[in-house]
Amino acid sequence: MARPKIPRKSTTVDMTAMCDVAFLLLSFFILTTKPKPSEAVPIQTPTSVAAKIAPEKDLVMISLNKDGKAFLSTGDDQADKDAKQQIIETVNTNKGLGLSPEEIARLKAQPFIGSSLAQLKQQARMSSDQITGQILPGIPVKDTANNEMTDWMRAVAQVYAGRKPNILLKGDNQAQFPQFKNIVTALKKNDLLKFQMVTNPEAIPAGSTLFQAIKNGDLKAAE
Amino acid sequence: MAEMDTSGGGGKHKKGPGVKKGKKLSTRVDLTPMVDLGFLLITFFIFTTTMSKPTAYKLNLPADTKDPNQQNKLNEKSALTILLGKDNNVFYYEGELAPNGTNFKSSNFKDIRDVILQKKANTDTTFMVIVKPNDESNYKNFVDIMDEMKINMVSRYALVDITPIEDQLVRVSEGEPATAAPGAAPGKK
Repeated sequence: MARPKIPRKSTTVDMTAMCDVAFLLLSFFILTTKPKPSEAVPIQTPTSVAAKIAPEKDLVMISLNKDGKAFLSTGDDQADKDAKQQIIETVNTNKGLGLSPEEIARLKAQPFIGSSLAQLKQQARMSSDQITGQILPGIPVKDTANNEMTDWMRAVAQVYAGRKPNILLKGDNQAQFPQFKNIVTALKKNDLLKFQMVTNPEAIPAGSTLFQAIKNGDLKAAE
Repeated sequence: MAEMDTSGGGGKHKKGPGVKKGKKLSTRVDLTPMVDLGFLLITFFIFTTTMSKPTAYKLNLPADTKDPNQQNKLNEKSALTILLGKDNNVFYYEGELAPNGTNFKSSNFKDIRDVILQKKANTDTTFMVIVKPNDESNYKNFVDIMDEMKINMVSRYALVDITPIEDQLVRVSEGEPATAAPGAAPGKK
């Protein structure tokens, strides 16, 4: 009996579909990743085990760079930008700076505030490429006698009266402690007692108390 | 792997003898290397992208009370005071600082965890850590020590201004001459 002839089939598979999938995924990942926005004030934040993601609404951010210069900024959405305008207006009235509405509008459009109150007019005249951490002198926080952050925080407290601002403190690794303390004092003086420090996530050391707590189901422990 | 279709578009009627058969090359290309490349790029991008969602460390400050009767009294025996100096130096003492500074010990960010844990195990619920950074410590040191509180789940800790005596002890331990004027250090509020 003759064996039926089994036709030999090629083992090659059409790769077109797989190729499509691969490049589709590739383009998806490339298009969905947001590149890190370039920052005018480069800051290397310290790491911590805190697991809470930094908020993005009602944001008041105080940046402290490694030279000890402090900067004030708000979030990106419209409500925060309006709050920024109100903060500038409030400081303007509180301290009698005599800023014109145009200057306030210009300051609002700039990414952050980084001059002493006396130099705000100058900052308003600066072009956008001059607004960097190197050129601007920063809000004076170096000595306790001349801590202008207090004035800014007072304005923040007034603008956010009844609401809670998310005060974020973004300090550089190399920032000196006295400046940080002066900022904290400025917050305290205005009864803004809750703030958050921006950090980079870090793994929880294995075997530590917190590690055990999370293993035992206490997921809130790291917040 | 490579596949080359040389069958020449079968199904066509045979050409007559003598007519040279034009060799028909298939337009199909082997896509395997391209798939390899695609996935290689995907893996590359996934591994090189770092998730950079910053996290936030919450800190609640106590309100300053002027009235000394309302201030929290601290059980001195159950306190651990951690002092931060320059160049990531850490010092600590348990309980009250001895007048001659004998219980003032030097440590570092690695060993301080054991110190905290040991003290925590040896004391009751009144255990409290007091953090006193001096003017030469940096922000990273402060965040690191706060992080240590979180890692060891110390529920009671406080940030207190360093006293001139402690500041001088820190500076002396760091190798500065003992004459360093403590005037630069902020006094107690």
